Amino acid sequence: MSLIAAVDQHLPVIIVLAPLLGALLVALIRVEIASWPIAVIAALVSAMAAFRLVFGVETLGVVSYRLGGFAPDLGIEYRVDAVNALVLLLVTGISLATLVYARRSVADEIDSGRVPWFYAMMLVAMSGLLGMAITGDAFNAFVFLEISSLSTYTLIALGRDRRALVAAYQYLIVGTIGATFYVIGVGLLYLSTGTLNLALIIERLPDVTSPRALIAAEAFILVGIALKLALFPLHAWLPNAYGYAPSAATVLIASTATKVAVYLMARFLFGVFGIHVELGPVSVTGVLIVLSLGAMFVASAAAVFQRDVKRLLAFSSVAQIGYITLGLALANPAGLTGAFLHIVNHALMKGAAFMAIGAVLLRCGSSRLDDLAGIGRTMPATSVALTIAGLGLIGVPGTSGFVSKWYLVLGAFDDGKGWLAFLIVASSVIAVLYVGRILEVVWFREPSKTALAAREAPLGMLLPTLLLAGLTILFGIDAEFPARLAGAAASALLGGRP
Amino acid sequence: MTVLSMSAMMSGPSLLGLALIIPAVVAVLVMLLGRRPDLREAASLVGALLLFIAICALLVDVLAGARPALPLVRIAPGLELILRVEPLGMLFAIVAATLWIANSVYSIGYMRGNQEPRQTMFFAAFAVAIAATMGVALAGNLVTLFLFYELLSLSTYPLVTHKQSPAAMRAGRIYLLTLIGASMILLLPAIIWTAFVAGTTNFQIGGILAGRIGPLAMAVLLGLFVFGAAKAAVMPLHRWLPAAMVAPTPVSALLHAVAVVKAGVFTILKVTIYIFGLDTLQATGASQWLVYVAGFTIIAASLVAMTADDLKRRLAYSTIGQLSYIVMAAALATPAAAIGAAIHIAAHAVSKITLFFAAGSVYTAEHVDKVSQMDGIGRRMPWTMAAFAIGALSMIGLPPTAGFLGKWFMLSGAGSAHDWFAVAVIIVSTVLNAAYLLPIVTRAFLKPAGGPVAEAPLAMVVALTATAVGTILLFLFPEVPYRLASALVSR
Amino acid sequence: MSLVAMLASEATRFTIVLVMVAGLYIVIARNNMIKKLVGLSLFQSSVYLLYLLPGKIFGGTAPILDPRFDVYANPLPHVLILTAIVVGIGTLALGLALAIRIKEAYGTIEEDEVLARDRGQASPATRKAGTRG
Repeated sequence: MSLIAAVDQHLPVIIVLAPLLGALLVALIRVEIASWPIAVIAALVSAMAAFRLVFGVETLGVVSYRLGGFAPDLGIEYRVDAVNALVLLLVTGISLATLVYARRSVADEIDSGRVPWFYAMMLVAMSGLLGMAITGDAFNAFVFLEISSLSTYTLIALGRDRRALVAAYQYLIVGTIGATFYVIGVGLLYLSTGTLNLALIIERLPDVTSPRALIAAEAFILVGIALKLALFPLHAWLPNAYGYAPSAATVLIASTATKVAVYLMARFLFGVFGIHVELGPVSVTGVLIVLSLGAMFVASAAAVFQRDVKRLLAFSSVAQIGYITLGLALANPAGLTGAFLHIVNHALMKGAAFMAIGAVLLRCGSSRLDDLAGIGRTMPATSVALTIAGLGLIGVPGTSGFVSKWYLVLGAFDDGKGWLAFLIVASSVIAVLYVGRILEVVWFREPSKTALAAREAPLGMLLPTLLLAGLTILFGIDAEFPARLAGAAASALLGGRP
Repeated sequence: MTVLSMSAMMSGPSLLGLALIIPAVVAVLVMLLGRRPDLREAASLVGALLLFIAICALLVDVLAGARPALPLVRIAPGLELILRVEPLGMLFAIVAATLWIANSVYSIGYMRGNQEPRQTMFFAAFAVAIAATMGVALAGNLVTLFLFYELLSLSTYPLVTHKQSPAAMRAGRIYLLTLIGASMILLLPAIIWTAFVAGTTNFQIGGILAGRIGPLAMAVLLGLFVFGAAKAAVMPLHRWLPAAMVAPTPVSALLHAVAVVKAGVFTILKVTIYIFGLDTLQATGASQWLVYVAGFTIIAASLVAMTADDLKRRLAYSTIGQLSYIVMAAALATPAAAIGAAIHIAAHAVSKITLFFAAGSVYTAEHVDKVSQMDGIGRRMPWTMAAFAIGALSMIGLPPTAGFLGKWFMLSGAGSAHDWFAVAVIIVSTVLNAAYLLPIVTRAFLKPAGGPVAEAPLAMVVALTATAVGTILLFLFPEVPYRLASALVSR
Repeated sequence: MSLVAMLASEATRFTIVLVMVAGLYIVIARNNMIKKLVGLSLFQSSVYLLYLLPGKIFGGTAPILDPRFDVYANPLPHVLILTAIVVGIGTLALGLALAIRIKEAYGTIEEDEVLARDRGQASPATRKAGTRG
């Protein structure tokens, strides 16, 4: 009993440390066979801790954990509330599924000597993302941001194609600029308030006399995070990064990395600055709405013209992030609930889609759209998962995508912006086009030679894929559970600052 | 008898559930019994009978004025899946349930007579399609209807591509892309638009949009619904129907009579009555344009049918024309026209299934599929072609067949609306219908036989005779469809 | 106030901004991947200054617990920047490693040449890939 109680006390730090220690272990042992089990166990421990913590949070309210026992104004505080509880669950869950999925895919795509490093980097990335989500300290978030970013660059660079190197390099430049912008903004906040703890910053902000420093801080922080979450038009790095990274890495970063960045943005927008603050003559919400719409339309349109499915899905990710930021910009309960629901739902469906493509890559050796011709006949289960994910991206009723878009439309109407609701629906029509292209090729084309030679994906890859696809359906029919979590997150954010 | 009394004891909501569960269970059983064809077919038949009994029990309730509802699941606030029966859905359900029996009998004869491959898959997909049809018919709001509508498209795809030949795969591609594409791009936005303008998607008599949306927007919204429900095959979204002719005849019967196209016109009719409201449409004139589009479709489809030598193609274009009668009647938005449209759903179903059964019977017995090859075939296959003649009379709209009823009400509806364009279209197209159907009958009976009497397998003949008799019975005893249809417009 | 006096009083801020903008400019304007990384490091260094310079107290000492000193600089920024420097080193190292791998794979580290080489051999799908960091 006392052991469990002791463990319970340290759950917040276990969530972050388990993958970090796992990574260390993998890197030290460096035996290929041992890497995967260690990675899965580390992720499992982290996920179990997250689950235990979250279902504690729902009853207890906010969980605060002081690292090393220092007071929050000096030390680092881990703080779990309804908002990041959702993100923690999502990241640990998806990471675990990805790691289970990764074994065959990695064995196929990564040179054997590098396999342990790959798993180590996956775990470090996971740990960094979780740290970003859980910490209540603005500078600590920067450190975790860079931890996750550096490992992500490495993961991308491990891709087979030499273009992966260029993609990783370009992402490194952009990502570092973004992170540096963020830390400049945090620095300005620190100079104004004398603390790095988010809760304390919020307390002290009203006393700050110079609005200019705050405006500059907000601008730097938001632009910095916007680079990380690939907010249109700062998304140029994303398609190459997703497109050339190894499949398992793509799944991880596509379904978790941008989501955590969105979370951080929501934290600052709602928690720290207040969404309705105006940056000089422009309102943050106005800019965010325009950029979100740009993402929804321009990136969707770009997706229609892609010839490689991974890149197509990457552009689709940019578009779908637009829906999420649109929900943030709406800043009312329905809109925010929609945004957080879409964080979860998009992670699930995009994870399923990239997993399915990874399986195709394993069996056919290509992710070009033309090479997927008729794959529905030889890899039916994988294709079904891809289809479900695609329908989710469109937002077809019966899939979770519909539910989150429903909330967004509801939020637009609550805000008196009927035209925005119309645009949300109109942009889904573009999604019909790019998803339709994939489905048409997969199911209706005559199978190519490679497709005919392909077999169904191995069970270890198929199960996580189908799990995510199944959740996409489940949350589309019975959205009670995710909607409750997302609603709690929304009300926590909106209530956090009167 | 015990089954009947059991289902009589069941409450309305559980009957709604049964209507979905029975065909779904049949689908599973068919899959499990794949290696035992006789048992497998028994499962289909017993399931069809059980469904019929359940629907009849439900009919008794509905005629008595009950409107049972069964909430399935609540997805989000203001967004739930619910089954709720009303007269129009009841009519569609009873038509589909009745014809499933006939079609099962016929399919068994056809599939065995032609030694078709993949029969298990066929019967399973068929049962799923029936379950989806029941869902469409009994849906309580637009979102539920949309889900089952899509399920119907998906479950019929394996049926359309049953032969798996390149032509069949091409047809399946056109079929699915048209139906799903139109529903995603047009129908779904229309539903969301409706949901947020009206605050609900529930079907309510008198409509839910009155006073919330201007006439022009209403006309646009109606356009989204009409073309979004591409199953109704209003031109220019009609190409999938002739393309799907490559499928085996029982599938054509399913498409044309039992489920698919009926789901399309049913959606349009349901939307005009329960979402827009007939009075609202009349007052605003928002549906006037649809009268012209549907009228054009009727005439154009009839003209194409006259030139088609392939029998099933001719029947397909005939279907396109007949569907647009229903769409036009819905667009007229008068009570009499709505009654006519509802009755025509039943009348066209039973007569078109007869025509397709006859066509399939001719194909099975003699492998004839061209009109020009049908000389004297009526003398060799008297039962089949007699049934065909009855179906043809019904298509034209002559008494004593069911087709007369629907046309009569639609004509009087058009007259009472003083819509002389619609009146002219109905009269002209009647002449055209006669011009492309009667020559087949005369050719079949008046040319010399050229061979001994040789009918198709017994199961097929039984089925097509039954539906032909049904076509006449429906004319003589229109009690049930008429009471259901008039309940639509009474208040 | 004369320009010189202003420059003198605002010297720290001007230094920070100058280094920051210079670094960013190099990242954007240079084609050579190594030079870009140099610019990036400059850019990051400006942030170190941003944190550290305002913490300087004239006459203050390092934070040493000793009764003789009661004016000392806040230690927290130093700790933070120590971390940031580590992060910066990590980034630079990884960037350089990538540059080496790119040189091996492409034979050049000029960004436009690298992109041109991919465009030459690759499918049209990659044509849109030419985005600037």
